[in-house]
Amino acid sequence: MLNIKNLQAKIGEKQILNGIDLKVNAGEVHAIMGPNGSGKSTLASVLSGREEYEVTGGEVDFLGKDLLELSPEDRAREGIFMAFQYPVEIPGVSTINFMKTALNQIREYRGQQALDAVSFLQLMKEKMKLVAIDQSLLNRSLNEGFSGGEKKRNEIFQMAMLEPKLAILDETDSGLDIDALRIVANGVNKLRNKNNATIVVTHYQRLLDYIVPDYVHVLYKGKIVKSGTKELALELEAKGYDWIKSEVTVA
Amino acid sequence: MSKGNQVLEEITSKEYEHGWTVNLETDEAPKGLNEDIVRFISAKKNEPEWLLEWRLKSFRQWQKMTEPKWPNVTYPVINYQDIIYYSAPKQKVKPNSLDEVDPELIKTFEKLGISLTEQKRLTGVAVDAVIDSVSVATTFKEKLSELGIIFCSFSEAVKEHPELVKKYLGSVVPMSDNYFAALNSAVFSDGSFCYIPKGVRCPMELSTYFRINAANTGQFERTLIVADEGSYVSYLEGCTAPMRDENQLHAAVVELYAMKGAEIKYSTVQNWYPGDKEGKGGIYNFVTKRGLCAGDHSKISWTQVETGSAITWKYPSCILKGDYSVGEFYSVAVTNNYQQADTGTKMIHIGKNTRSRIVSKGISAGKSQNSYRGQVHVMKRATNARNHSQCDSLLMGDQCGAHTFPYIDVENNSARIEHEATTSKIGEDQIFYCLQRGIDEESAVALIVNGYAKEVLNQLPMEFAVEAQKLLALTLEGSVG
Ligand SMILES: Nc1ncnc2c1ncn2[C@@H]1O[C@H](COP(=O)(O)OP(=O)(O)O)[C@@H](O)[C@H]1O
Ligand SMILES: [Mg+2]
Repeated sequence: MLNIKNLQAKIGEKQILNGIDLKVNAGEVHAIMGPNGSGKSTLASVLSGREEYEVTGGEVDFLGKDLLELSPEDRAREGIFMAFQYPVEIPGVSTINFMKTALNQIREYRGQQALDAVSFLQLMKEKMKLVAIDQSLLNRSLNEGFSGGEKKRNEIFQMAMLEPKLAILDETDSGLDIDALRIVANGVNKLRNKNNATIVVTHYQRLLDYIVPDYVHVLYKGKIVKSGTKELALELEAKGYDWIKSEVTVA
Repeated sequence: MSKGNQVLEEITSKEYEHGWTVNLETDEAPKGLNEDIVRFISAKKNEPEWLLEWRLKSFRQWQKMTEPKWPNVTYPVINYQDIIYYSAPKQKVKPNSLDEVDPELIKTFEKLGISLTEQKRLTGVAVDAVIDSVSVATTFKEKLSELGIIFCSFSEAVKEHPELVKKYLGSVVPMSDNYFAALNSAVFSDGSFCYIPKGVRCPMELSTYFRINAANTGQFERTLIVADEGSYVSYLEGCTAPMRDENQLHAAVVELYAMKGAEIKYSTVQNWYPGDKEGKGGIYNFVTKRGLCAGDHSKISWTQVETGSAITWKYPSCILKGDYSVGEFYSVAVTNNYQQADTGTKMIHIGKNTRSRIVSKGISAGKSQNSYRGQVHVMKRATNARNHSQCDSLLMGDQCGAHTFPYIDVENNSARIEHEATTSKIGEDQIFYCLQRGIDEESAVALIVNGYAKEVLNQLPMEFAVEAQKLLALTLEGSVG
């Protein structure tokens, strides 16, 4: 589904990604771990098309398309979804209105008709249950005055609404207490199927107890320095990142 | 930001949608202004002697005054002798019904999306259409008159209801109020008049559409709305003008008079030609709008969506004279390219327990300047007066300016005044968030701006709220980049 080859990117004069290789197949969950500042969010941003980041080398194939050639909105319409580490507030725009606009633009891109009010409402009700979110929250201005947990839950609700092929969750666990974490992880798990894939970005292994990954990669200084299965995450938890750092310096 | 720039290019090259002219034969006064021109206008309209006298008095007053220099706008000196003060589409005879109206005129309004003939079939909105200086048609007249509501052109009101006009003309905005009001009082050509009798709730929106068509012509219309005791009316004003290189002057006066327990809701969607991208042409919009809450428990509410004009100078105000009277001002003012707007309101609390509320949302883009200027004045006998003001500015790009000038005057200690102000920018983060959900940049800006202006747009009558939303989006498309 996603094939990243030797991806390099910089922001301003600062080189951040130094040659990333990563292959994600449908049905898989990949975790990307690594200490703060290693480039995890940058990778997510580059994949979703943030303009501030300049790709300086490498290629990315997404379902047979050159992802780097697509505008951010077209990437979304092709099925890429990013749950933001820091979801922004949009005053005066409710989640419902926001999702209606998004969904209909995506449908238009795919040559589908806009959803009528009744079908939209039905879809919404169904997805609300999935992430145990209250409609009153969805009527409020997007993310304005939301608690940390509400913001993240709202991100997963949007993911449920848009049914992406590839979801990238950036630090979705940060700022969540254990109950909220469980609800969010539960939602993500329910959305998993053999046709979609998920990249979970985190620097704690805690989330991976709930969203169990097929593969774990460690990102350090803009490179994937180690890959393994979920046991790698446990090892990292036990030994900390210093272990990886020293291994990298030695090599 | 290559994509952003590209969208910006595309959109800013978008033309003003209403910028066409129509070949209407017109009946014009010669250029310039003197007592003879004032007499000419009055004679053209077969006005009674008292009105001519009133005009002449205003003209003499105007000659003694000077143009205000305090607004935060700059423009070249206006040569008042280089303007045509009266221009009317030539009608062979005065139309008695819509069927007799010049088909060119009807077409003109159809282009604006206001179908005077079709209008009859649409329920809910009665329209008075004013082109250049003259009211050409008023719809729904019969239906309204059954309720005793008078809704007609100003000239017609002078003929048919002189006692009402005489009583209320200048009662809210005296001729000497300010430079432009004095000018208007001398040369006003037409406009709308509306009277709602005691206890009547006007069952439909009343609406006036103004259009400037002829070149070098000033438009000076006059609107007077009188709501008798316990009555209610909702009134909407819209306007457009053709694209011209030279600037055109528009100096209107609107007077609202609310008696005991009456409520007037006045909404404006202002879309005069703003000039081109380089700031050439466009309407100078110098308007005096004021409402008097004369009776106890009366209420006046102004809602404006200001997107057009090269220069806007406008402060719809409320004089809260009656006890327990309420004044409201909801405004969205958008400026783009080289537009300049200095707009706001005055709330004058005279009566006891009077309340006012101000919600102003400025949006600046391009190289424009957008100022909010508001005054809250609580007079000595206005015990327990309350005001709440919320003034927000939204900036798009870094070449525009937003300014806030609040003036607060309190002469009674029991007053409670609250003023909040914020300035924000449409963030790249907000735009990206939308893009990432599959929403394109133009729709993202529209979504964010409409969200920002929601509190004001919600005040508009339903059918116009949708129009206003589109207009906002159109004015600002591509301004982020
Ligand atoms: N907008 C930016 N400008 C300059 N440096 C940045 C910017 N964004 C990220 N960086 C730098 O890039 C590096 C990687 O950041 P990030 O991708 O956010 O890491 P992570 O998500 O793994 O914590 C850090 O050193 C960070 O300071
Ligand atoms: Mg991060």
